[in-house]
Amino acid sequence: MSSSTHASHEAHKDYEGSKLGMWLFLFTEILLFGGLFLLYSAYRAKYPFDFHNGGQHLNTFIGVLNTVILLTSSLTVAIAISAIQKGNRRLTLLCLSATIVFGLLFLVDKYIEWSAEIGHGIYPNGPELLKLPDGEKIFYGLYYCMTGLHGLHVIAGIIVLSIMLAFVRSGKITSTDFNKLENAGLYWHLVDVIWIFLLPLLYLSA
Amino acid sequence: MTSAAQNASVSSYLDAGDRRGFPAWILSTDHKRIGILYLASLAVLFFVAVAIGVLMRVEQLSVNPPPFAPATYNAFFTVHGVIMIFMFVLPGLPSVFGNFFLPILIGARDVAFPRLNLMSWYFYIAGALIAVAALFTGNGPPDTGWTFYAPYSLRSGTNVTLAVFAAFVLGFSSILTGINFITTIHRLRAPGMTWHRMPLFAWSLYGTAWIQVLVTPIIGITLLLVVAERVFGVGVFDPAKGGDPILYQHLFWIYSHPAVYIMILPAMGAITEIIPTFAHRTIFGYRAIAYSSIAIAALGSLVWGHHMFTSGMGELANTVFSLLTFIVAVPSAIKVFNWTSTLYKGSIELKPPMLFALTFIFLFSIGGLTGLMQGALNVNTHLHDTYFIVGHFHYVMFGGTGMGFLAALLYWFPKMFGKMYNEKMAAIAWVPIFIGFNMLYFTMLILGMMGMPRRYFTHLPQYHTGHVIASIGAFILASGLLLFFANLAIALIKGKKVAQNPWGGVTLEWLIPTPPPRDNFEEIPTIDDRPYVFNPEAAQ
Repeated sequence: MSSSTHASHEAHKDYEGSKLGMWLFLFTEILLFGGLFLLYSAYRAKYPFDFHNGGQHLNTFIGVLNTVILLTSSLTVAIAISAIQKGNRRLTLLCLSATIVFGLLFLVDKYIEWSAEIGHGIYPNGPELLKLPDGEKIFYGLYYCMTGLHGLHVIAGIIVLSIMLAFVRSGKITSTDFNKLENAGLYWHLVDVIWIFLLPLLYLSA
Repeated sequence: MTSAAQNASVSSYLDAGDRRGFPAWILSTDHKRIGILYLASLAVLFFVAVAIGVLMRVEQLSVNPPPFAPATYNAFFTVHGVIMIFMFVLPGLPSVFGNFFLPILIGARDVAFPRLNLMSWYFYIAGALIAVAALFTGNGPPDTGWTFYAPYSLRSGTNVTLAVFAAFVLGFSSILTGINFITTIHRLRAPGMTWHRMPLFAWSLYGTAWIQVLVTPIIGITLLLVVAERVFGVGVFDPAKGGDPILYQHLFWIYSHPAVYIMILPAMGAITEIIPTFAHRTIFGYRAIAYSSIAIAALGSLVWGHHMFTSGMGELANTVFSLLTFIVAVPSAIKVFNWTSTLYKGSIELKPPMLFALTFIFLFSIGGLTGLMQGALNVNTHLHDTYFIVGHFHYVMFGGTGMGFLAALLYWFPKMFGKMYNEKMAAIAWVPIFIGFNMLYFTMLILGMMGMPRRYFTHLPQYHTGHVIASIGAFILASGLLLFFANLAIALIKGKKVAQNPWGGVTLEWLIPTPPPRDNFEEIPTIDDRPYVFNPEAAQ
């Protein structure tokens, strides 16, 4: 251990260290959402029927479609990483671009979904929402917070992946130096994993 | 412990580099310069918060009429708390001494992510600026107390949103520092520096960093939700929308209790460095101290409910949290016993850093024991939200972390700047600090027992004498602090140059030139023994 740690002093790039840092950062992201999951469980225990009713009104089709989109995008980013390791730059660029497009598609879906809810008067302080029972108000409050925060993470992920795309183009990420891309991929997978929990909690709670 | 021969002609971190002047500092990724950046920013904010604290004591000097309007007093205690907690005590030792000395103590040239480290400081400054903006914009400074309890924080017309957002940004700084330190300790220890050869300050920073990483996101999301409720009207905690304010309290304390250990652990670590040096004796119970840091980090995350005994969260929860609270006192006590055992039969030299370190043990013990009292449910019901609480946590935060900070500053100042302060003056400054401190906060303990509630702008006649004593104590304390820092400021300008190892310390920072060179070590040292081994010559 000690001799390997020593090696990292002199080398400018300590891949294991940067991977460790990235995983720690991912922990913090999970805990950030963890606070919301905690609130969700407490409120769901308090208002089981309202959460059931709230879930019924959400558009399950769009929810599932978005799950398919994100899962596929996780696949493409994983292929991109394998491709760069094998030195296939073209495939890397292609798959990264596909991942970004999937991310954008997810946001378009989200936009359609939110617009429909808002059109029905279901938004914070919205006229229809205020008429609903307390538990449903909380359900939609959490719905907007959880999907909203997740949406921000999708946007952040798209930005990070776009930067990676530029790095691959400019040759900063290569078949021997792909640590940045791997870390970006980890982040994208996290965004995906969180969504996999949001889907059943919100859309399938009915 | 061996060290590579150090070349005295190596230029120090203070004058190395391509850039000159101010940019050389705010663009530097050198962990030592970043440590100094933090020190300067913290010192400014500390004195702002001290000044506000003194104004609060002025308010209590006279009842009719009160010197400041009640709303102003509310802003005072909120801003005093927010600055002290989020901008001084929390980042305190890790950001200043952790940044400066962690890499040196483990034999590294820098932290694992130097650029991220600088970014943490920018987040810190951004948070501080947003907090300042919260004071002067909108409908006046926040008046909720530093706890931002819902539902009042959702309704208050004052500038809560910005203040809450400032705390969120400061959280980023804290998380990034934590990630950096964990990675640094895992990856950059010098060859031969096994976990059990690591100095105990590094151990305490390691425990601290884990708490920072694991609980700060919880306050992050909680504060974001408060912002979302205030700005967008989303219903999460607001009882009018079906929300449960008790859940806010849970989330707040899930972070804010472990945060107490973020504050105290590094101070304990610094004390653990100082005591062996001035007792000229190896530390007693190295492993017990190291593992108790980790135990504090772990157990400290499970006791948040003791802030909520009177909130109505249920009897079972109250009982469990009460039990856990008593248990968490054990690892802290282990440290106190180990420090005193280190002193036993040591050759004690009462230099200024040691004076403040011993003061830390004394005041922290009072803080810890008064904390235990509140862990008992029935006592807690009587003491909740009284001055007793205020007195208690100042004994821990100020008597503990604050004195730890001052002790660490006196201990490492010569190494950081290469200049020695007036030792006699530092010892003289200790007198008003110690007397003022106890006059102020011990009186608060008594006032609390008598029933004086906290956060009231005024008081009933029976508390008046106590308040006057406390206020006089506050003035004495503040003047002591002024003397303390003036002494250091003078030393910065015309202090005597200091040798490599003025205190006879044996950890790695004393084996490199003073002030440290840009790269710390010319050659990374190889560690072949445990730390704190004092040979007989050094003890002379």
